[in-house]
Amino acid sequence: MSELWKLTSGDLHERFTSGAASAVEIVESHLDRADQVEAKIDAILTLDRDHVLAQAKALDAKREKGEPLGMLAGIPIGIKDNICTEGIKTTAGSRILESFVPPYNAHVIDKILAADGIIFAKTNLDEFAMGSSCENSAFKVTKNPWDLTRVPGGSSGGSAAAVAAGIVPLALGTDTGGSIRQPASFCGLVGMKPTYGRVSRYGALAFASSLDQIGPISKDVAGSARLLSVIAGKDPNDGTSIDQEVPDYREALEEEMFGLTLGLPKEYMSDSLPSSIREAVDDVVLTLEALGTSVRAIDLPHTEYAVATYYVVANSEASSNLARYDGMHYGHRTKAPIKNLAESFSRTRSEGFGDEVKRRIMTGTHALSSGYYDAYYLKALKVRRKIREDFETAFEDVDAVIAPTSPVTAFKIGEKIDDPLSMYLTDILTVAVNLAGLPALSLPVGFSGEGLPIGLQIIGQPFEEELLLTLAQGYQVETDHHKKWPQIP
Amino acid sequence: MKREDVEHVAHLARIQLSEEELQTFGAQLESILGYMEKLGELNTDDVEPMPYAVDVKNAYRDNPDHSPLPRDAALKNAPQLDPEGKFFAVPKVIGEISPNQGKSGEAGS
Amino acid sequence: MSQQYEPVIGLEVHLELHLPQKMFCSCPAEFGGEPNTQVCPVCLGLPGSLPVVNREGVLATIRAGLSLGCEIATFTKFDRKNYYYPDIPKGYQISQYDLPLCRKGSLTIDVNGKSKVVGITRVHLEEDTGKLAHVDDRNESWVDLNRAGIALVEIVTEPDMHSAEEAVAYLKELKAILSYLNISDCNMEEGSLRCEPNISVRPVGTSTLGTKTEIKNLNSFKVVLQSVQHEIHRQSAALSRGEEVAQETRLWDEAGQKTVAMRGKETAQDYRYFPEPDIPPLEISKEEIETARASLPTPPKERRKALVEKGIPDYNAEIIVRSQGYADYFEACLSTYNEPHKVSNLLIGGFLQELNQRGISEEDIPIPPEHTATYCRLSEEGGIGKAARKQVLAALFDTGKDPESLVKELGVSQVEDQDEIGKMVDQVIAENEAIASQVRGGKTSAIMALVGQTMKLSKGRANPQIVQEILKKKLEG
Ligand SMILES: [Mg+2]
Ligand SMILES: [Zn+2]
Repeated sequence: MSELWKLTSGDLHERFTSGAASAVEIVESHLDRADQVEAKIDAILTLDRDHVLAQAKALDAKREKGEPLGMLAGIPIGIKDNICTEGIKTTAGSRILESFVPPYNAHVIDKILAADGIIFAKTNLDEFAMGSSCENSAFKVTKNPWDLTRVPGGSSGGSAAAVAAGIVPLALGTDTGGSIRQPASFCGLVGMKPTYGRVSRYGALAFASSLDQIGPISKDVAGSARLLSVIAGKDPNDGTSIDQEVPDYREALEEEMFGLTLGLPKEYMSDSLPSSIREAVDDVVLTLEALGTSVRAIDLPHTEYAVATYYVVANSEASSNLARYDGMHYGHRTKAPIKNLAESFSRTRSEGFGDEVKRRIMTGTHALSSGYYDAYYLKALKVRRKIREDFETAFEDVDAVIAPTSPVTAFKIGEKIDDPLSMYLTDILTVAVNLAGLPALSLPVGFSGEGLPIGLQIIGQPFEEELLLTLAQGYQVETDHHKKWPQIP
Repeated sequence: MKREDVEHVAHLARIQLSEEELQTFGAQLESILGYMEKLGELNTDDVEPMPYAVDVKNAYRDNPDHSPLPRDAALKNAPQLDPEGKFFAVPKVIGEISPNQGKSGEAGS
Repeated sequence: MSQQYEPVIGLEVHLELHLPQKMFCSCPAEFGGEPNTQVCPVCLGLPGSLPVVNREGVLATIRAGLSLGCEIATFTKFDRKNYYYPDIPKGYQISQYDLPLCRKGSLTIDVNGKSKVVGITRVHLEEDTGKLAHVDDRNESWVDLNRAGIALVEIVTEPDMHSAEEAVAYLKELKAILSYLNISDCNMEEGSLRCEPNISVRPVGTSTLGTKTEIKNLNSFKVVLQSVQHEIHRQSAALSRGEEVAQETRLWDEAGQKTVAMRGKETAQDYRYFPEPDIPPLEISKEEIETARASLPTPPKERRKALVEKGIPDYNAEIIVRSQGYADYFEACLSTYNEPHKVSNLLIGGFLQELNQRGISEEDIPIPPEHTATYCRLSEEGGIGKAARKQVLAALFDTGKDPESLVKELGVSQVEDQDEIGKMVDQVIAENEAIASQVRGGKTSAIMALVGQTMKLSKGRANPQIVQEILKKKLEG
């Protein structure tokens, strides 16, 4: 039983519901694993052992009484720390919320609890989900379990590292411009950004409201399918969530992919792509073709504008979304003597926010300000439509699009931190999906010469999550990248 | 980016910058905004702006789903309260103008 | 002589909607309440919370727009207005910018017998802010967020008014129309109806607009009148001295009876409006608009006209139709006692006084209209002694009983009996022989003193006409 932490979420659920393992045994195995590796990984911001054990005991009692058990029963889950958990600190990785304890649960947390999931830990992230490396957390820098000198990706780096290290089998992330998919690819995991509106955002701290989505991160495809089945659906508290039936996504894992047509965008396969990534993609294409799909080259002509468009839209919305952190009603307030109210606001925010957040708030403020609105914000909204139209055109000929998740593998901690723009440019392959509101799933497809995981993303039409899962599962069955564990020294 | 422009945007965003930060952020904003100007290359004359990710309309709150919080819970995270614990206490508002209310409004009356 | 100046005035009015719930959450939208008890994650602006539109707020705004003759947008959206202040917990107010729900309406007002059309530029929907209290002896202010997130309708006019009287006439007419919609109590003192005039002046005969100032926090018609008059005067005087008018926000200084510039100059505001990404846009269907139109009440102006046609003085009619509930109440009284003029006198006189003294709204009067009508009939036809009328009216409000039994219980019915009055008159003549002899000697005006004494003796219950007749008979022969 000592290696329970190595089991997939599906196996854990099976062991628990069949009576082969108790919830307490399961969480103790994961708590032990956290004791072994967390000091090296720094994936976690809050872990309350007593609270975890209390949940496990309650679950064991429930099983004892023979009550029906939910789809997540027996599964410890990591929660990115920008998702509100009632009574549990939720910091968004920011000093400004260092001691903020929400009086309410995010919609997805209520859903997880209703499905008997165990809230195991709050995981580290780039402050307010702004970053691609997890180095922008105010509290700690999470390390990539595959190489502790490298970043786990971001912003959901804590969730990805925790799953990769075996601390939890499943985790929630948020994806505004690739923040689930890119860390999943850097850590050799499955990560899914659902269609915009598929999952309620209520209780997820807004970064960019028209781009943010919550989604699952898991060792295997089935784990993501299971968690998505629980969290998806219309929520009356989120007007942008969409009223559309939620399937049991696990059924999609049984579907056939034979006969599907996939598109590989030329613009996503630039010459500067490292050969290891290029070769991994070539291998995937061969595997998928062998499974009965056909893969063809397609054009997404506005790709070169995606990063600029994304940063204008995201930062503009962020500048407004983060205005609430002013030290008046919650969060940090400056203790310095202040002359007036304006100074209280600006000192509080200067002390509370890190540099990346300040940069984004200021660029976003500029993009919306009088005299610049048309050239930046409005222009970006128009290019955003062109980017979506690129996908719509592509989907006339193909069922799904495949592409590398990131143009790089996990980079060294500190390597890009002083050059914000070059960091932004690594998001080139993920941001267009958010701008267009599409679903996309990243899955492990191999390793570089240095032993670093490589991810491939599958992008679908709105609400075609099932197709993505079918394709990913079909590939996963043929390969064993997802079964490997990092050697943590 | 001109110094006044950085100062202006920092003021609008209510972020206090040190002299040194004015320099470094100024240079970084310049490079980021410069990159964003790439969008100007595209002709978008007849393109409808796209502020929302999906084409949903008329999302009314037909199933009210949350009731008020107990006051303790509502005020629990406040940096400061009044002595009786009923109000959020904030730095004294003097000579600051709210575009909506003018200067005051009697709380608690 | 010196240059004459013409004032140009536009009005911005904010109306707080008293719907069961707030605009973007389901907290109650009641006035007052213990501080910070009507708040939830949404209206506290807590991290992660999201607004969802209350349909009733949209419908109420459409009705307000229709009652002002506006065009209703078939496609509309919300925008964020970004600014920092402790009474807006999100750092922005959800409002409407370029696509307001209603546009291009008008309102006809009557000033000094002349009617005039004031253009309505727009009517839009937004959320209210919290309330701030300034604590004198502490270096802090206090915030109550109960009001934050309550639906607020903003009504903006064209700069069509040219005197303080016109501005007040507009405001009164607007208040009457809005109060008929039952979407707000339209109470200026309590702040559910707030008015901000924009004022500029220009030399008579010119057409370019001068620099305008805005006056905030005006909480009665009187203060609107005084402050606008003062501001017109102040600006005209400044211009004739060759000075410039500064564009600024001003406040009414009640003690000094003048407007004063607000301390702390407003630096040019940049609200960075942009579409609210948390709220999908709204499509308003033709059916919704027509349903709203069909639900509109008969406007006050038409009801006033109908009352005047029944023979009620203009002045009475105007007061009665100020509130729809009162106009309905008036009509209901007439079905028991069909004397419009007499009932209207009561309703703008003693009855209204009782309401005001007891703080009862004209919209929910606790007395059945039949009782009020009966009371009016008894007063007019001699069923209640004149001096006892006020007492009976008060008792009517205190007990809610029917006036006929009240008159009996209180023993205040009018005495008309000739013999009974005759006895009292005899007693008065006996006790006031000196005056009586003056009357007998031809000084007839002295008779009134004796009437007064007799009334006093009867405790006000004697019919004064009968008293006078009997006195005359006895003394003048
Ligand atoms: Mg307004
Ligand atoms: Zn609320």
